[in-house]
Amino acid sequence: MAITDVGVYAHLTADDIESLRIELDGIRDDVERARGVRDARYVRRTIVGQRVLEVAARAAIVGARTRPGLYLGVLGLGVAKSIENMELGHNVSHGQWDWMNEPEIHSTTWEWDMACVSAQWKHYHNYLHHKYTNVLGMDDDIGFGIMRVSRDQPWRPIYLIQPVQNFLLALGFEWGIGLHDIKLGKLRGTEEERAHTRSQLRAFGRKIRRQVVKDYVLLPALSGSRWRSTLAANASANVLRNLWAYLVIFCGHFPDGAEKFHPDDIADETRGEWYLRQMLGTANFDAGPALAFMSGNLCYQIEHHLYPDLPSNRYAEIAERVRAVCDKYDLPYTTGPLAKQYLLTLRTIVKLSLPDRYLRDTADDAPETGSERRFTAPTVSTISPLTGRRRGLRTALRDLRSARRRTGRAAAGGGTAPAAAGGAVDPAYARTA
Amino acid sequence: MTDSGTRGRAVGFDLGHRVAQVRQWLEEPAKDVATTGSPRRNMLRGAVARVTTPLLPDDYLHLVNPLWSARELRGQIVEVRPETADSATLVIKPGWGFRFDYRPGQYIGIGLLVDGRWHWRSYSLTSSPVVGARLITITVKAMPEGFLSSHIVGGVEPGTVVRLAAPQGNFALPEPLPDRMLFLTAGSGVTPIMSMLRTMDRRGRVPDIVHIHSAPTEDSAMFRGELAALADEHEGLRLHLQLTRSMGQFDLARLDELCPDWRERQVWACGPAGMLAAAEERWRAAGLEDHLHLERFAVDRTGQDGDGGTVTFARSGRSLEIDGATTLLEAGEKSGVQMPFGCRMGICQTCVVPLEAGAVRDLRNGKVHEEGSRIQTCISTAAGDCTLDL
Ligand code: FES
Repeated sequence: MAITDVGVYAHLTADDIESLRIELDGIRDDVERARGVRDARYVRRTIVGQRVLEVAARAAIVGARTRPGLYLGVLGLGVAKSIENMELGHNVSHGQWDWMNEPEIHSTTWEWDMACVSAQWKHYHNYLHHKYTNVLGMDDDIGFGIMRVSRDQPWRPIYLIQPVQNFLLALGFEWGIGLHDIKLGKLRGTEEERAHTRSQLRAFGRKIRRQVVKDYVLLPALSGSRWRSTLAANASANVLRNLWAYLVIFCGHFPDGAEKFHPDDIADETRGEWYLRQMLGTANFDAGPALAFMSGNLCYQIEHHLYPDLPSNRYAEIAERVRAVCDKYDLPYTTGPLAKQYLLTLRTIVKLSLPDRYLRDTADDAPETGSERRFTAPTVSTISPLTGRRRGLRTALRDLRSARRRTGRAAAGGGTAPAAAGGAVDPAYARTA
Repeated sequence: MTDSGTRGRAVGFDLGHRVAQVRQWLEEPAKDVATTGSPRRNMLRGAVARVTTPLLPDDYLHLVNPLWSARELRGQIVEVRPETADSATLVIKPGWGFRFDYRPGQYIGIGLLVDGRWHWRSYSLTSSPVVGARLITITVKAMPEGFLSSHIVGGVEPGTVVRLAAPQGNFALPEPLPDRMLFLTAGSGVTPIMSMLRTMDRRGRVPDIVHIHSAPTEDSAMFRGELAALADEHEGLRLHLQLTRSMGQFDLARLDELCPDWRERQVWACGPAGMLAAAEERWRAAGLEDHLHLERFAVDRTGQDGDGGTVTFARSGRSLEIDGATTLLEAGEKSGVQMPFGCRMGICQTCVVPLEAGAVRDLRNGKVHEEGSRIQTCISTAAGDCTLDL
């Protein structure tokens, strides 16, 4: 079972969590105070750059006389759409630039260049996904409703084709996102639910019609005899953007170490526990400035989840401070190279397509999902009298890994993992109480 | 004959219907443009927007020239003219969509970018709406704690782009003009009157007007020279300048002496709250409230301690008094207003609504947001009285 008490899992007492909160709130205060001309210039330049690139790329697609020219146009358009999607659309809709008080760069008015309706996206993403991050059954982003990314989700035969589904989702990511907030089942619900869902569908229909007409009808038509290559180029650019957005999002949420939470955990959640859940539930990938920009700074997914509405250009400096906080409380800070993070994600997706009987680990002690039951030793952190350093969750996880390596996976697979014996094994934290 | 006639009409109708449909289709993407220009231009805008969706062509054009957008009213400052030591006139060239048929005495909203953030205030127009004039002016007096007014008076560069809100307000010159009028102004309260006087002067028709204006000293009286010149030129216009530092505050009891027929005049009064309250009192006592037209300047509350206040929900017509710990979202829900909300913890932006008037305080960090901003109701409380567009 996923984490049912984030404090216990993190090896922190209520007082620790409160001081953690104060530190994290402090970072927010500092950044809010520092926001100013420099940040405003950043977002304005991004907008100008993105629009110029898009126009240039479209011109290249229509006008290129050579193959490489056309490919450059496709790449340019894909890049422009990615920037528009993540660094602009995603971040503006989070209200990261609302402080500027500029009506044209504001979460209430921004509409992005992809199939999903901004307003609907804001509902499930900003509200459900960001408030209930990785809470099973509450955060629809866990597996996007079609995939099994945690052992807590019961296996169904349809999951056998999950690797294929995953690939299709990546190709048509914008459509998956677009359908995400619309609960088709509600079409059979109460009068109110039906009306709501129908109006959502209408808005979605309007949006996709405009998007499709633009990229697949009007622009090809305007390119005259070259309509075929424009059509193909626009389709390719959209797919490129979809793949990239998919990659960034998946690497922020599904690599090993991004924990899942049981709904019980969030009843009476304090602000500090909320922070803790965001930190433990998400993952970063290593990026330099260029890659960070291209990912909409979502390579800093941990920071983004802690402070979804702080300007994205500040995440890099926030990251340094968050890392320091993690060091201090001996908490894990999940990150790694992009390729590694994705391979871990892919491994989980492929693995979990199989029925439980082929899986060795349990939902308490698997790479993609753990719980406080994975610890057999008491789950309170101790401060070493020698070094003054805290020995907490990160050290405990490291010990766990090396113990596993020593005893070998065979033994763990033999049914001795803590929760494998069902309710018979008392969780360690119960004993420490 | 009859047959083909009917058919002709039917075809004609069909065609008309078609044309209307096409037209609607063309205009549709641009239907949310805040400032409607000519319908033909909007049709063009909508048609182009089919290939720029979800943006408007304006979103590309304004990168070339900031005034080329009708998404929102904008203007460019072309001149900054000092009036007195602590006041200045901004001459502004509005961009697309601005309508110059405002009424003298009305005010506009103006947004200026300071430290990366837009700040909004309202100021009376001092220009007069003349056909062909493509410029407007406002005159701003620096207020001691008025952050934006000091910024404007202290040095805004010509060329600066500003945001504008369309002229509005009922404190305006009536049509047709009354035969006898009384203007009662103090300090920067003279600004809307200036627009009225200039307009009447341009039109060459100045009725019988008594203008009583108060200012601390001669030098600090805005438009002193122009007011005097106007009074010289027009027989009907009599100006009484009350220099309060040497002569003391103007006492309404002296009205009978300065303007014996004040009871027969339509009155326009603009100035500090105290003065307006006294005027109201006086005219009410005389049973002549309907002669009195008042313009109140919003108080610049920013920077004061937020201790709750009355929250008014403009569209639902409800209001409620709250303390400084209650959020605006709770206030709305308590008074039965349909409030948008999501996370209730300040992260999702579902609850964001425009703050029409007053100021609110962010409960998380104590920051004050002023009118003209959009604010998150779930983490804000009233900092004094405020009005939400809900
Ligand atoms: S309800 Fe989510 S920000 Fe206010």
